[in-house]
Amino acid sequence: MKHPTPKATRHVNQNEGLIFEKSSPGKAAWKLPPLDVPEIDTAKLLGNAERKDLGHMPEVSEIEIIRHFTRMSTWNYAIDLGMYPLGSCTMKYNPRVNEAVARVEGIANGHPYQPEKISQGALRIIKTLSDCLIEITGMDAITLQPAAGAHGEMTGLLMVRAYHESKGNARKKILIPDSAHGTNPATAAMVGYAVENLKSDSRGMVDIASLEAQMNEDVAALMLTNPNTLGVFEQDIHKIADILHAKGGLLYMDGANMNALVGKVRPGDFGVDVMHLNLHKTFSTPHGGGGPGSGPVAIKKILEPFLPKPVVITHSDGTLGFEYNRPHSVGRVRAFYGNFGMFVRALAYIQANGPDGLRQTTEDAVLNANYIRKGLEGTYDLPYSTPTMHEVVFSDKMQAKKGVRTMDIAKRLIDYGFHPYTTAFPLIVPGALMIEPTESESKEEMDLFVEAMKSIAQETEEDPQTVLDAPHSTRVSRLDETAAARKPVLRWKPA
Amino acid sequence: MRYLPKSPADREAMLKAIGIRSVDDLFAPIPAEYRLNRDLKIPRQMAESEIVDFFRQRSRENGDEYTSFLGAGAYFHYRPVIIDSLISRGEFLTAYTPYQAEISQGTLQSIFEFQTMICELTGMEVANASMYDGSTGAAEAVMMAVRLTGRRSVVVARSLHPEYREVLATYATHQGMPLSTVAFGDDGRVSLKELEQSITPETACVLIQSPNFFGTIEDVDAIAEIAHKHGAMLVVSIAEAVSLGIVEPPRQADIIAMEAQSFGVPLGFGGPYCGVIATREKYVRQMPGRLVGQTVDKQGKRGFVLTLATREQHIRREKATSNICTNQALVALMVNIFMTVYGKVGIKELAKQNLAKTAYAVSQFGKHGKVLFTGSPRFNEFVVTTSEDPYAVNSRLLGHKIVGGLPLRKFYPELGNAALWCCTELTTRSAIDTAAGLIAESERSVRTAKEEVEEVAR
Repeated sequence: MKHPTPKATRHVNQNEGLIFEKSSPGKAAWKLPPLDVPEIDTAKLLGNAERKDLGHMPEVSEIEIIRHFTRMSTWNYAIDLGMYPLGSCTMKYNPRVNEAVARVEGIANGHPYQPEKISQGALRIIKTLSDCLIEITGMDAITLQPAAGAHGEMTGLLMVRAYHESKGNARKKILIPDSAHGTNPATAAMVGYAVENLKSDSRGMVDIASLEAQMNEDVAALMLTNPNTLGVFEQDIHKIADILHAKGGLLYMDGANMNALVGKVRPGDFGVDVMHLNLHKTFSTPHGGGGPGSGPVAIKKILEPFLPKPVVITHSDGTLGFEYNRPHSVGRVRAFYGNFGMFVRALAYIQANGPDGLRQTTEDAVLNANYIRKGLEGTYDLPYSTPTMHEVVFSDKMQAKKGVRTMDIAKRLIDYGFHPYTTAFPLIVPGALMIEPTESESKEEMDLFVEAMKSIAQETEEDPQTVLDAPHSTRVSRLDETAAARKPVLRWKPA
Repeated sequence: MRYLPKSPADREAMLKAIGIRSVDDLFAPIPAEYRLNRDLKIPRQMAESEIVDFFRQRSRENGDEYTSFLGAGAYFHYRPVIIDSLISRGEFLTAYTPYQAEISQGTLQSIFEFQTMICELTGMEVANASMYDGSTGAAEAVMMAVRLTGRRSVVVARSLHPEYREVLATYATHQGMPLSTVAFGDDGRVSLKELEQSITPETACVLIQSPNFFGTIEDVDAIAEIAHKHGAMLVVSIAEAVSLGIVEPPRQADIIAMEAQSFGVPLGFGGPYCGVIATREKYVRQMPGRLVGQTVDKQGKRGFVLTLATREQHIRREKATSNICTNQALVALMVNIFMTVYGKVGIKELAKQNLAKTAYAVSQFGKHGKVLFTGSPRFNEFVVTTSEDPYAVNSRLLGHKIVGGLPLRKFYPELGNAALWCCTELTTRSAIDTAAGLIAESERSVRTAKEEVEEVAR
């Protein structure tokens, strides 16, 4: 196969087995200092509870470990290598100063239970980040405790529920648009609410007539992503908020797409009562192969009594502390105070940007998505012509005629040196290609992407099999996922 | 702005290509009355050197030169240097969830190894790719037991980490899962008699921690027998992973919910940490969280994929086993590297040093204060009662740049002046001797004060 792209070149990379296959007794990568206290008789101390053998744990040297993980790392795609256009995932640059400051001694090694007197640094970081996020969202208060976006959703809905209970009726259901992320309905179920789907109109926005028909005193809240998963700003947002509020419901905003709004518009100003943020999306903390995230929840005053505990307060002497006496709190959603290391990184990101940088960031993110939209319009079907904010959703309608579906195009994109876009989501677009470049891409990188996508469209016409069999250049070809699920092999076992 | 890769000319060219005059046109869909026409009131743009200075200053205000005896679910162990060398590689650090398996084999294979090592250490058959932390992992494990048994109520040991209990209470509130608590006895372990009485035909599971919040190792065999006799599952939370090097894992458990922070994860003022759920193979379809499985590609070559996704929210939506999406992948990678570095022999030797330091501390502290729960085996934590209020004792220590044990009154009013102390391999003999000396001083001062009062009374 001829090599298809100016972006990438095939290059030898190393094979590497499982670590267990390299292990042999007597090799070691560790050394403990001599014990400065008397030796112990473990049998005497532990009795029956003493463990004799650790099973098939590896025994390898340090250089082998370095090579093992370094070799494996080279099999991954990463933002550091190029554009990662996953829609709704906001794969932006992860600044390295964030990593450096998270490793400063007193920040990395602070114990969550150390006395307040010697925790003022950590508390100041929490307080400063909280203040910044409150200002950015236009809300009144915030909790940083949730560990990720879905965890934030749960925390937000717990507060919604507590609010309604305080009014004497917890209500029964949550309205969720058909374009929503899967976490939204899953979260509603965890908080004991039924889920009712809300359909989108021909513009890809909430259908106002349906909302009016479905809204009643049983509805606790509407969970809305704005801009929604089509990258479309809900233009009737004020009407939506009014319809909910008129019947005593609350407006929950999934902040997954906040990267389209920072510095340009604030959810608190357009009627949102409660929302979560994803620090690992909008605020540049690394995805790290799937986590950790952090999902702060910002709220309006009416929900403040219900915040998870503890909350950070300022004492009369100006020092900071934790307040646990919160009789109306929904309780704790996590031990300690949340993913503090992510707070450090997010604050460093905000400081590196300042108000002007954050605004420019948002403008560039939206500019980039529209540039790609313009570049691919006509080559790929655009199911909704509504203006695009930070991401654009095409469909595989034109390519499907040749039997080529969104996943095939995505896999072929790998051969061109790109990570695929988000496939087959949102559910309201059959065969969706959801593309979010973020602000981190240069014009050159996006030109290469557009060129690659056009080339794949052309291949689909001329030689669809090449696309269907892709990827051709990776160390493994398409993997048998059906077999993996039918007879799961979830761990290594000795032969 | 230094993170943005575009020149003004690039932006102009792009606007032109789109066919608009100004970037403002792109924000036209936002109703004008909501647009923000001012700067955000946040700190001004800072240079990298200023950012570094800011956080160094915060570090100095955060006890960066103290020696600590705190544990209680967050442990200070040595972190081999290569952990950060390896996780800092951009290919791990800046990769997404490995949905596109062909260009994610590095992450996927490392998770497969992680799952394997967690199984080996816990004695379970399957382990997931991670949960947020030990507290939410325990709550999710309990919900899993509820689904598996079709029963709803839960018996929780009072010797489980108090904050884990709080988190479980939050999760359980709206799911119709009644919780009851079982007390600990004078030996600091779950009272078996009371446990027997707490379990009903509606009990889905018993949730305990071992080593428990006091560092005491529970009689897991006996607890499992009682739970299983009544058709309930046993869920065991492990908060101190290093214990697995020397303490027999709870093999009789049906589900283990573990906090792996001790394996190479910085204390970080409480997070990010690394929860994990491990269980029996037959229960895997009710397990929450991501799982990596081995399979083959079209050429029959071994490869790894995310699997059994039909349990998860992006497929099953409101019928999913959990709403969890983002997990703690990079932290799980730290744990993975740590387990690989110490391996079969190192984890054991490491655990032994923890045990030895703790045994020494118990012997020294016991000369002055009263060590509780001495009748049971323990790992690297112990409870000491002093005559003086433990906050006052800790003030004395703080003056010597030592952070003393965690006063327990807040969580266990019945334990009065008790505090929970922890020693790891990093706790030096001299720190133990200094702390023991200061406790002796505290006891003497109380005695002196008492004698003075008595003298005055005479």
